[in-house]
Amino acid sequence: MANALPSTLLDEALDGKGAAVFSTSPAADGRMILVEDCVETSGAFVVHHLLKRCLSPHSSDVVVFLSFAHPFSHYDRVLRKMGCNLSVQRDNKRLMFLDMLMVERLGRDRGKTSEDVFIALYGEIQKAVEVCLSHEVGQPITVIIDDVSLMEVDANGSSNLVLDFLHYCYSLAAQFGCSLITLNHDDVYSNEDRPGLLLQLEYLADVVIKVEPLATGLATDVHGQLTVSNKGIHDGSGKSRNKVHNFHFRIKDSSVEYFYPGSKT
Amino acid sequence: MAEWICRTLRDGGLEGEHAPALTINDTITCPLGSFVFDHFLSQLSSFIFCQKSQSNGIVLVALSRSPLYYEQLLKSKGFDLVTSSTWFKILDCYTDPLGWRSKLVESGSIRNLSSGSSLAVNICKNVKDLDELLSSILELGRELSGGGKGRFTVAIDSVSALLRHTSVSSVASLVSNLRSHDQVSSLFWLLHLDMHETRGTAALEYMSSMKATIEPMVQSVDGPRGNSENLSLMEQNLRRGKFCVRVKRRNGRVRMMFEEFYVEKSGIKFTPLSSENEMTAQSLVPKVQFNLELSEKERNDRAKVVLPFEHQGNGKTIQIYDGRKSLNDGKAETQPTSVQKVDSNRGEIIYFRDSDDEMPDSDEDPDDDLDI
Repeated sequence: MANALPSTLLDEALDGKGAAVFSTSPAADGRMILVEDCVETSGAFVVHHLLKRCLSPHSSDVVVFLSFAHPFSHYDRVLRKMGCNLSVQRDNKRLMFLDMLMVERLGRDRGKTSEDVFIALYGEIQKAVEVCLSHEVGQPITVIIDDVSLMEVDANGSSNLVLDFLHYCYSLAAQFGCSLITLNHDDVYSNEDRPGLLLQLEYLADVVIKVEPLATGLATDVHGQLTVSNKGIHDGSGKSRNKVHNFHFRIKDSSVEYFYPGSKT
Repeated sequence: MAEWICRTLRDGGLEGEHAPALTINDTITCPLGSFVFDHFLSQLSSFIFCQKSQSNGIVLVALSRSPLYYEQLLKSKGFDLVTSSTWFKILDCYTDPLGWRSKLVESGSIRNLSSGSSLAVNICKNVKDLDELLSSILELGRELSGGGKGRFTVAIDSVSALLRHTSVSSVASLVSNLRSHDQVSSLFWLLHLDMHETRGTAALEYMSSMKATIEPMVQSVDGPRGNSENLSLMEQNLRRGKFCVRVKRRNGRVRMMFEEFYVEKSGIKFTPLSSENEMTAQSLVPKVQFNLELSEKERNDRAKVVLPFEHQGNGKTIQIYDGRKSLNDGKAETQPTSVQKVDSNRGEIIYFRDSDDEMPDSDEDPDDDLDI
């Protein structure tokens, strides 16, 4: 493919070397990707990167985006700078955007319990998945959740409910081959001795992407480091994928630069 | 030793005793418990398939992985899925553990659910009701044993999911009811240690006759992430681990055993524990361009070198250089040459004085020529 997307270190860490040439969905074969960030370095750019990759012309993915953090216009602006028009994708039915910030969403104002709200939300996701699968064959579906900690707020702090919801989303992978991408914050759980939600997510995830500041402190040309631990070991193609990658990144206006420590002058 | 556990689970319990039970523990630093669980499951499956085991079948309670996953596991081990329903049954608590899907199907917003598996699957729609769960497990077991006195094995993947939905005491009562049931031949379950309070894990440990803990081979030092040493440790921990087993005998004697395992594409392989110190040493030596280690040959050669004082007392004149009187100089120079080449295999240190004008320790002031 002549005009394939340039493969970045992040893509390579996710799929192994050279896989991005074929530009399959970032979370192929029903994987779950967990992005963990912290206050100093936001992991939003990783989510944007993955979203853009799902919607790239080289893949046929359908994205269900659950936003607890920002309205649609925010993502639209960010992604447009990166060269991806979300409004068009939404009209093409490649993107289904569920804005959870709207109060009337799923009848929250009608005094429903948060469990009912989450059941209804799950129903909407599964319906979208079923619709996608009914009219076109083999369209992989990716569910993106931004972000889990705000979802917990929405669930009145019940992490169990969030986990139940995530379990149901994850179980779609077994049934329909959906993938799941979630963003969560590392440091909001730093006070607990046993961060149940985060741990559970880490057990569940096939790929954990940690976004952290540099251990050595602030730098002008390096904005932080990414640690990608990929434990999807049993994949059909015969690649052994349980690898841990570490590299630095620098966020630019319309793109992000990834490089190995020390390789940039 | 993993084999020994398999045999114990295969042989089951004696009449009138609790069934042997195995807890598999892991933590997030080395999250390989599910691979170990799969290993025991497939080992036991082949025993049962060949009818070498006390039990007639397995009831698998699937909470954290889909029935489809287990179907593929069985397929990859070469079992025939069509006939497997006579000895392998899945209680599916994965597809719809809380009844959300059936609620949505009833209200008409989604279509019917299917687990997508061709195995014999029974769906449990409320895992919070452990009494219900117990009776469904026993019912499936009865189907396996054909209503007779046949026994069956119970596998739970994983108890951590059960503990999230219910309390420690109800999970404990489920497990103990299963253990004491006279049709249960053996049981094993997976537990993520770091997700629960100590009292929960301890309660489950009391009820198991064997506990297998998966530990990282090398405990990582708390350092900054991104440190290349830590990264390779993290990577190692995703591939291999230490398998520590604690066995309680009937008389209360406790035995500890250790083994090592690594994950391969076809499953996991157990090997006897390699020298642990060596492992630690190897991983602690920083990666440098020059060689800090000695090879076996170099080590042997070093051992053969006779140090200058070691030949004393074996018939030759004893020479002690006390630094003050120079022994007859000529002799000191020639003697070593006569000793050499006795045995080419032995190393030797030959010492020549620099020259005659190097007088040892004269009374002369060495700084005499300085004009201070």
